[in-house]
Parts: sequence; C-alpha cells; structure tokens
Amino acid sequence: MSEDDHARDALTGVAAGRRRRRGGAERPVVPKAEFASYYGKPVIKPPTWRTLDIGGYLYLGGLAGASSVLAAGAELSGRHRLARVSRIGSFVAIVISGVALVHDLGRPERFINMLRVFKFSSPMSVGSWLLSAYGPPCGAAAFSAVTGRLPHVGTAGAMAAALIGPGVAAYTGVLLADTAVPAWHEGHRELPYLFVSSAAVAAGGLGLLAAPLDEALPARRLAVAGSVAELLAAHRMRGRMGIVAEAYRTGRAGRLTRTAEALTAAGAVAAVLGWRNRLISAAAGVALLTGSAFTRFGVFDAGMISASDPVYTVLPQRDRLRAR
Amino acid sequence: MAQRMGFFTDTSVCIGCKACEVACKIWNNLPEDGLNLTGMSYDNTEKLDANTWRHVAFIEQRKPLAWQEPGVEHAGPVPPLSTPPDTAPMTPMTPGEPGDLRWLMSSDVCKHCTVAACLDVCPTGALFRTEFETVVVQADVCNGCGYCIPACPFGVLDQRKEDGRAWKCTLCYDRIGDGLEPACAKACPTDSIQYGPLDELRERADARVARLNDAGITDARLYLADTDNGIRGAGAFFLLLDDPEVYGLPPDPIATTLDLPAMWRHAVIAAAGLLSAGLIASVGRRP
Repeated sequence: MSEDDHARDALTGVAAGRRRRRGGAERPVVPKAEFASYYGKPVIKPPTWRTLDIGGYLYLGGLAGASSVLAAGAELSGRHRLARVSRIGSFVAIVISGVALVHDLGRPERFINMLRVFKFSSPMSVGSWLLSAYGPPCGAAAFSAVTGRLPHVGTAGAMAAALIGPGVAAYTGVLLADTAVPAWHEGHRELPYLFVSSAAVAAGGLGLLAAPLDEALPARRLAVAGSVAELLAAHRMRGRMGIVAEAYRTGRAGRLTRTAEALTAAGAVAAVLGWRNRLISAAAGVALLTGSAFTRFGVFDAGMISASDPVYTVLPQRDRLRAR
Repeated sequence: MAQRMGFFTDTSVCIGCKACEVACKIWNNLPEDGLNLTGMSYDNTEKLDANTWRHVAFIEQRKPLAWQEPGVEHAGPVPPLSTPPDTAPMTPMTPGEPGDLRWLMSSDVCKHCTVAACLDVCPTGALFRTEFETVVVQADVCNGCGYCIPACPFGVLDQRKEDGRAWKCTLCYDRIGDGLEPACAKACPTDSIQYGPLDELRERADARVARLNDAGITDARLYLADTDNGIRGAGAFFLLLDDPEVYGLPPDPIATTLDLPAMWRHAVIAAAGLLSAGLIASVGRRP
C-alpha cells in the first residue's frame, strides 16, 4: 500500500490495515488492527529537536556523568591515569553537550532563561540546574588533571562531580519519558535504567580505550555490568510497550537499535576476553562507545517515528479505554 | 481569581466556513503559513500549529446523518488532483451513485487543560495559567527549547520557524480581560463555537447532546467535558459525531506529568545504581 493510498483511505475516517514490516523473525505484538485517523495525520507533534543536538546530548551527557563516577572510583583506588582520562573525558563531553543544548534552542541568546525558575514538574528545568551544578566541579577536576595544579580543588571537584554525574545521566530518561511521544512515554519505567546503563557502557568504553591495561579493571567491570543492564532494560522496555515497540524495529531506529545491541554485546565480550591485551581492550572500548551512541540515537529516532504515525498514539489509548 | 472561562465547540452545527480560522489569524496577527491544496476534503489548513490556532477539520463519510438523504455518493478512492477528467472514475460533475453521505466539520483549538503538560514541562516559566484558568505562552520569556511541543497530548503547540519560539491559542487573553469574547467565537456564524463560563457551557452541552440523542443522532457525544480523564478536564471541550480519532483527536489523552513522581523515583534509583556500580567496580587496589 503506497503512502498515497494510505492517505486516501482515511477519507472515510478509517485507515485499515497495518503496513507490513520487513523481517519475519519477530511477529507484531498486535497482529492486525483497524484504527481511525484524520487522513493519516499524526495526533501529536513530533519534537522539533535536532537529532544531532539532542541525540548527541543524550549520549555525551551520559558519558560525562558516568565518567565522573568512574574517575572518582579510580581516584579512591589509586588508579590515577584512569582517573585522569575519565576526568578529562567527562569535561569535554559536558562542554560539547552544553554547546549542543544551547544550539538547539529556538532562541539561543535566551538560554539563561532556563535558570529563571526551578520546577520539579519540568525535567528540563531540573536538568538545567543539574548541569549548572555539575559543570564547574567537573571543570575543576579536568583543569587539575590537565595542568597538575590545585590538586585538592581537583579532587574535591571530582568527588562533587561523581555525586551529581549520575543525576545528569539518569534525568534524561525522564526528560524523554515526560512527553506524549509513545515510544518514550510508554518506556517511562525503564528509560532511566536504560540510560544510566548506556552511560556506564560509554564511560567504561572510554576507560578501556584510553587508560593503560593495568588500571583499566574498573572500566572493564563497569562496561560489562552496564552492557548486561542495558540489554536487559531495553528488552524489558520493548516487551511492555505492545504495538509501540514496533517503532524500535522500524527504519533507521531499528537499524540503530540492532547495531547498538550487537556492538554493546560484542564490546562486553571483548572487554572480558581481552583483559590482558591492550589492542583488544581498546577495540572493545571503541565498540562500547559506539554502541552507547547508537542506543541513544535509536531511542531518539524511535520517538520520532512513533510521534509521526497516529497508530502509535491512537491504538494504545483505545486499548486503555477498553480496559477501563 | 475570575471564573474559569472556556470554549464549547458544538460540531453538529459547524458549517465549515472557516470564519474562526480567519478571525483568529487577523486578531492575533498570525503569519500566513502556506496556501496549499491538500486533497483532504475542504481542509487545506491540515492542523493546528504555531501560526494556526483554530483548525477546521472536514471528514466525508458513507454514513447517514440522522434521516438526511443527500442524494450524492463519492464511492471509491478520490483520484489525485492531477488526474485528467476523462480518465477519472468520478468528477464533481459525475459524482457516482446516490447513497449515504455525511460531512463532518469541526473547529479544533487548544484545550486549555486543567492539568496542562505544556505548562508543567516549560523550563522557563514562559507558559503560565491566567486568572481565567487558561494557558498562555509569554513570547518574551520563551527561549524556544521546544519541550512543550511533544509534551502536548493534542499536538497543539508548534515552533514558529522564523523566530524559534513556541506559539499557541491564548483564548484571546487580550480580549477576554476586557469582557470581549475570543475572536473565533465572535466570528462564528452558527454559534458552533460558544464562549463563556465553563460551568454554564457544560450545562448547555449536556442539554444539547441529550436533544441530539433524542432526535436520533445517537453518534453525538461530548469530548473532554468531564474531569475524569487524563488531563482532569479541559477549558475547551467538544460535541462530536464520531470517535475523537476520526477528527484527529486522541481518544484518551493524558498529561504525562501526572506520572512524574514515579518517573523521578525510577531516575533516583537508577542514579544511585550508577554511583554504586562505579564505586564497586573500583574495589581493590591496582595490581
């Protein structure tokens, strides 16, 4: 059925039949459904956020937050080179994040209005304050790591960043889930776990890539734990979504999600097997860093797909009404 | 605080004249946003967005409207606009066999929800609730973050590309404060759009739907008139003649901010998990 036919069908207010998905392995959760829509037009508005800015921020913010935790752990256990790369990595990631976030605003010159109020009801407001609290200590830790000056300030900054960092990595799950976008809101129970796990995968990957072999153990452990948790959270999330899970298997979102899971799993296995080999460890690090990025872009794209097709808005709501 | 004011849009008397769209555009000085032919019946506006705060939907159905016999039938798919008349299966001059046809029209607008997700998620405080319990964006505060746009369960808000900010219906905040009715309601020639205190409108709507049901129009139902829905009631509600999704409206809209306590709880647990995982992973001195 072509896109044109699809729209014409809706003239009578009924768009019947679902488009066939490719790939026969997974059966659709809702086999065949009829639903009405207004000329196939979306019910909600897809976000106006740019993929590179916001998808990239989800990734880099997570990388930064989890790297700060890893830096503090490395510091406390006397692994100073791992601490150093994690401190620097987290600061670079958070600076790029900040630039991406301001760049994505419709009125970038008014970004400071984000700090005009504090609202628990707005995950973006909470996030703005979290980032404002996180940036300076994270910067102090990186400054000290690069220059070797003010070591006590650097350590204090690293510890403060480690306490705030997990919040930076976790709140983005709520940021996405607190919208009418079906592929995000239907995952509101799992997205924070998925995102912190993906953040752990990225931070572990960076440690494996950049830290010497004899200091990489914490990064290796964190990467493996994060990979297992991420794959479980993603599986559970899609399993509970019903028809909306289709958005995670469709088009670019599907390709990104499948590639992300393959890279994450392969990276975790390589991280374990390559514990005595610098090259294999570095390759595992690259796979994990890339996998985590693909996970975030996959979630972002799935949200866009689910927002643009009325079936994902209407059918779950119809089911909810019937169940009431 | 003043009385809660709102709209009751009775679609059973809408004639699709689009006077509301025009009046809204003129009063609010909204930019022109495309003169297109969409092929969607008489709807060339398509949707609510940053520059369209009233949108009239047109739906053609092969169903009887009470005992009406319109004597026309547009069966089969409508040919694309570029089809030459001699090859088209039907044209406006040769409309096909007579039969049932009903034409639904409905003027959509911001719902001014009791629990408004757009207002809740706005990080700058640009969106606020007025003394009439309506929801308005302050253009001088909005920084164009765009969060309200996917937060709205009705897809009302959108970004104006030229200036980057989010815009939507203000329920003519600059008119109702002076005791005037909103421009769309003022312009509506059939009183399909009624403006007034919400309590009064609800009573009027209950009476109207009962009258239509008695007259055999059993399809007539109220949409968002009650408070037992996921937005706890709306400042703008509707009398519809079919399911909401036929008009492009969500059948069971929810303000997702109502789930926020649970979401924050999950986020705190997840963050604590990441912190512990990072520290536990570092246990043991380096070899």
